[in-house]
Amino acid sequence: MSVVIEVENLYKQYRLGTVSTGTFSHDLNRWWHRIRGKQDPYEIVTSVNAREEKGTSEYVWALEDINFKVNQGEVLGIIGRNGAGKSTLLKLLSKVTSPTKGNIRVNGRIASLLEVGTGFHPELTGRENIFLNGAILGMSKTEIKSKFDEIVDFSGVEKYIDTPVKRYSSGMYVRLAFGVAAHLEPEILIVDEVLAVGDAEFQKKCLGKMKDVSGQGRTVLFVSHNMVAMKTLCKSSIWLKNGKIQDIGNTNDIVDKYLFAQITKDAYEVDCTADPKYSSEFTKIKKVSIEKGNLQKLDILTPFKIRILFENILDKASLHISLLLYNKNDVCIFNTVSEPRIFEKKTIQADCLIPGNFLNDDYYRIRILIIKDRTTGLIDVEDVFTFQVNDIERNSNWYGKWHGVVRPKLNWEIN
Amino acid sequence: MVEKNINSNWTEVISPKKGIFDVRLHEIWKYRDLIALFVRRDFVSIYKQTILGPLWIFIQPLFTTITFVFIFSRIAKLSTDGIPPVLFYLSGITMWTYFADSFSKTSNIFVNNANIFGKVYFPRLTTPISIIISNLIKFGIQIALFISIYIYYVITGKVEVLVNYYIFLLPILIILMAILGLGLGIIFSSLTTKYRDLGFLLAFGIQLLMYATPVIYPLSSIEGKFRKYLELNPLSSIIENFRYAIFSQGQPDLGGLVYCAVFSVVVLFLGIIIFNQVEKSFMDTV
Repeated sequence: MSVVIEVENLYKQYRLGTVSTGTFSHDLNRWWHRIRGKQDPYEIVTSVNAREEKGTSEYVWALEDINFKVNQGEVLGIIGRNGAGKSTLLKLLSKVTSPTKGNIRVNGRIASLLEVGTGFHPELTGRENIFLNGAILGMSKTEIKSKFDEIVDFSGVEKYIDTPVKRYSSGMYVRLAFGVAAHLEPEILIVDEVLAVGDAEFQKKCLGKMKDVSGQGRTVLFVSHNMVAMKTLCKSSIWLKNGKIQDIGNTNDIVDKYLFAQITKDAYEVDCTADPKYSSEFTKIKKVSIEKGNLQKLDILTPFKIRILFENILDKASLHISLLLYNKNDVCIFNTVSEPRIFEKKTIQADCLIPGNFLNDDYYRIRILIIKDRTTGLIDVEDVFTFQVNDIERNSNWYGKWHGVVRPKLNWEIN
Repeated sequence: MVEKNINSNWTEVISPKKGIFDVRLHEIWKYRDLIALFVRRDFVSIYKQTILGPLWIFIQPLFTTITFVFIFSRIAKLSTDGIPPVLFYLSGITMWTYFADSFSKTSNIFVNNANIFGKVYFPRLTTPISIIISNLIKFGIQIALFISIYIYYVITGKVEVLVNYYIFLLPILIILMAILGLGLGIIFSSLTTKYRDLGFLLAFGIQLLMYATPVIYPLSSIEGKFRKYLELNPLSSIIENFRYAIFSQGQPDLGGLVYCAVFSVVVLFLGIIIFNQVEKSFMDTV
């Protein structure tokens, strides 16, 4: 097997803030250093790409010292949080912008599904746009002609092919655009699901196309936040963190490590008064906690309560609380709702009882919604906190992970 | 991970800097279908949902000519070297418009096409080249208009046919204007990606430049040291030679033409080099 992409010591620097007169003086300074054969003065002060931290420098490394190789026919996943540098990496690969330092060597034509519909002109007809878009993506006119019928078939817009695309429904538009991109036949395909807007069907098509392509011995780079898809489609993966490669290897391992790292705190309560995400115009969540008695840790046997303390600002409102629990793989375990009740303006304490012998050993993320009149959402906090349920000592020889999202103790009748 | 690859196998090496002369003209040739489609797009899309459609190509120079005849000939009584004012102005405007449109429309391609350029790579030079070509088609139509009006004047006996051998220079004149417009346009578009100041300068700069070019007056009407400055303008000799070719009026100036040719080629050359350097990373600053 041969290497089709080789990335070597790749760096990409970005400047923060706006382009203004300050930029001009930096440009002059940089040029002055360069003609004297010195190092770029702003390269030294460039800080790491960490979104949350307050940067001290005006320059950041969006990518820093990236090295990897991709073999022909490999499906490589790229994971990382928003702003970790995934899209920057793809932009460099597709030559939209160039690296600050380092090299990428490529063998074969690269196409990416984030280009769907690029260059579509609203005034032109579907037919004209197929040719234009195809040419932008690098196809020759004869190549497009030979695939024209296939593209039209695939997108299912035959009837409207001579109508300007501005009259198309958004669905038709995307189908046609995708039809062109799907018939490119590149040696290397880049799929950026993060940027792929579209319905479930469209995403399924994207993934289906990916499978086809990799089945034909071609190479795919796949960026997604969907860990299940990642595990199914990619054998190996790269985990980007703050512009650097955190880890690289087998997808199952990488995804587990990545998800584990997302669990910021293994807490049993959170004081919400300081964080604005817990308050809206109509309600304020003050505290969320897990009431577990005197126990140090939660285990799978112990029942516990999730307690939500919130302030109702509305007078005589009919409210109910919705509590959702997600596991490490972002699968929703359940969504439980309280009976709607009329509340005065006051602080309300709501306890949800979670029985023992129900959750599996895993990390669980809490999401809380407070809803008025059964329809209007007053607040929705996606990520309240994550807690861990621990396994207990087992009376068996098997110590592997217990299967299943939940681990209920059910009654058996054995005769 | 695997065995070392032989370097010559790579079809593409993406690196931070490229050589000054690494222009890759063969790549543009590979994308010639795209240029053709861009030209088509420009033509089809501009006149969609207009009633008069491509007739606007005629209307623009005609109305400008009428205005000029009224202001410069009737009110200001500027000389037209004995040429009927309508023909004089129309010939100048037709030539000037080709240059001015080529220049101004190629001068903001990075800013205007940022959304396409930001998503997919294709040789960026295809865009300005396609603009030059679609303007050329427009110019062809306008020159046809000029010829018909010229013929009308001849038939009605207002002028004689005064075309001479210099008319064979016309293709060269057109190519020179195209080169100059393209060259200046891509220099400006490269410089405006980061600092938009030049865009403002350009908007009225082109208008002012017209007055520094013998469009509304013959070069012969200017005396003294101003004449010298006007002759420094490479466009002067293009328009003067064109007028001489069709009206046999004034002085043909082959020396000026050579100067213009050298000037244009140097500008285009510089333009391509700057453009080529900017296109790699303009997405970060645009």
